[in-house]
Amino acid sequence: MATTTGDPRTRVWWGVAGLVVVLYALVPVLWILSLSFKTTDTITDGNFIPRSWTLDNYAQIFSLDIFTSALVNSIGIAIISTVLAVVIGTMAAYAIARLDFPGKKVLVGVSLLIAMFPQISLVSPLFDIERAVGLFDTWPGLILPYITFALPLAIYTLSAFFREIPWELEKAAKMDGATPLQAFRSVIVPLAAPGVFTTAILVFIFCWNDFLFAISLTSTPRSQTATVAIANFTGASQFAEPTGSIAAAAVLLTIPIIIFVLLFQRRIVAGLTSGAVKG
Amino acid sequence: MADIVLDHITKRYPDGTVAADDINIEIADGEFIILVGPSGCGKSTALNMIAGLEDISEGELRIGGERMNERAPKDRDIAMVFQSYALYPHMTVRENMGFPLKIAKVDKAEINRKVEEAAKILDLTQHLDRKPANMSGGQRQRVAMGRAIVRSPKAFLMDEPLSNLDAKLRVQMRTMVSKLQQRLETTTVYVTHDQTEAMTLGDRIVVMRGGHVQQIGSPQTLYDTPANLFVAGFIGSPAMNFLPAKLEGGTFRTPLGDLALTDEVRRTLEGADAQRDVIVGIRPEHFEDASLVEDHQRARGSVFTAQVDVLESMGSDKFAYFSMEGEQAMSADLADLAADAGTADVPGGDSGTLVTRLSATSGVREGVRAEVWVDTGKIQVFDPSSGKNLTAGVGVGHPVTTDSV
Repeated sequence: MATTTGDPRTRVWWGVAGLVVVLYALVPVLWILSLSFKTTDTITDGNFIPRSWTLDNYAQIFSLDIFTSALVNSIGIAIISTVLAVVIGTMAAYAIARLDFPGKKVLVGVSLLIAMFPQISLVSPLFDIERAVGLFDTWPGLILPYITFALPLAIYTLSAFFREIPWELEKAAKMDGATPLQAFRSVIVPLAAPGVFTTAILVFIFCWNDFLFAISLTSTPRSQTATVAIANFTGASQFAEPTGSIAAAAVLLTIPIIIFVLLFQRRIVAGLTSGAVKG
Repeated sequence: MADIVLDHITKRYPDGTVAADDINIEIADGEFIILVGPSGCGKSTALNMIAGLEDISEGELRIGGERMNERAPKDRDIAMVFQSYALYPHMTVRENMGFPLKIAKVDKAEINRKVEEAAKILDLTQHLDRKPANMSGGQRQRVAMGRAIVRSPKAFLMDEPLSNLDAKLRVQMRTMVSKLQQRLETTTVYVTHDQTEAMTLGDRIVVMRGGHVQQIGSPQTLYDTPANLFVAGFIGSPAMNFLPAKLEGGTFRTPLGDLALTDEVRRTLEGADAQRDVIVGIRPEHFEDASLVEDHQRARGSVFTAQVDVLESMGSDKFAYFSMEGEQAMSADLADLAADAGTADVPGGDSGTLVTRLSATSGVREGVRAEVWVDTGKIQVFDPSSGKNLTAGVGVGHPVTTDSV
């Protein structure tokens, strides 16, 4: 950005603005982090920095089988959904960006429609359907709707990336003896990698954070995800709020996403296609 | 290596546009052939049909005697160099050049050997581990060439490979391409819109216009005996001068004055109407400062006097520009050429200017009237309505080839 390298005053202003935004977003996260380290007695004292530190909350959630199994479910379901959605989305986006086929506009329109559909209105029908076909309370029972709702997003993001890739590269690959699939795999996909990873991150976050489908379409630890498990936490007694445990679990839940983003962020390098064609 | 035959090939798009109409070209094994013409003439379409990147609507394409119409590009065993180079940006030079071999499942040691060999030819050895993004235009161009030559294909197709380079580099690369082709002796089809490139590189040139082949022949043939006004105006730089003329009893009445017909010209024009309008074409080098022309030569031409508008001294030659009064040569072919060159939009542009190339020793000066001699034996006469060359064959003695080899 030209403005950030401009005169010192503009730079200061950009710095301040950035700081405000980061603080605004970070305060609730820090608050949760602080809660997760507080003891049951001090949890309601309203202090930002815990007066007495404890790891009890963390120890406690891992003593519950339900959380560990839910974490496994969450990771498994999110990864499988992400991989499938990205693979299908890549191919669909490629078709939309490159090929001219009848009904293309309709297809794009319908996929947009899916993304706009209020999900809550689909919960009851999905619940009935899944119970009827035996998908209720299974991994596929969650993976399928996740893919459905992640695909429009994946297709949109990816087709924008595909449009940026020079057409001639593919012709060149064809002339070099590649089949369309080989050209796609060894030339187009590597170049669309930033798009693929961006999409993967977005889809993963969507699946990881979902609560609505997870709570409606599961009933046992067999397929309950972490978000649902947190909601089902109970306190030490019937009257105790499990605030500390919930905070600890929430902190734990954000860790995989942070790792995921950090891992793939390196691959999101803009301008990867520079040097392909003239200029 | 193989010969390539385009047998009555037509490309028709679904919307009815005909990009290439009934193209017949026979390209011999090892030949360097140039497709040249203004943009939109169908030369790239023709190339893409040979490559297999576009379907052939009608006709047959044969490479090495085998019908290729239905084969995918990868099964035609031909390599292509693109105008934009189309290098794979995520691969190093080595990987780029080795890509066709990797796809063909050649083993690694063999790939390395071939890539290094090609890199040596193209002077890329020290760049093998760089990525295209960090290379100059000329280097990228050579990598694109390298990718084409590593697998020794039956033929090379080149789509304006030098048009993105600056002028000086283009001349160097032109020589390199020419040497490379001679060394590899691989059939090459080269598309360009630059007539200089066409003249210097090709064994034969195919001039195209509006989807039709205008003329096929060696550079010299096209230059000496253009089949029509379009070819005459397209080939040669500076371009041929065109003058409207009236043929009357053995002389041309032109804006330059009366030009007497030589016996040769008269003979070829025999049978043509005695009195008619024609367009006379004279190349700049067929003019000379009259004072430098010896007497015995003088008889073979005519002399006119006009004021020099602009004089450009190139050291080896002098280009003298004269303005012609009166009407100008008009023809559909010439209008096309002007549109292509962009001169149609320039008020008082090229048209109406006579370009002459005189000896460096000529004493003509700007703004002064000069006596100029025209070699009337080298005059080309064209029919204004059809654009056809009525004198084709004069002075050279072999017929115009339009579609035969």
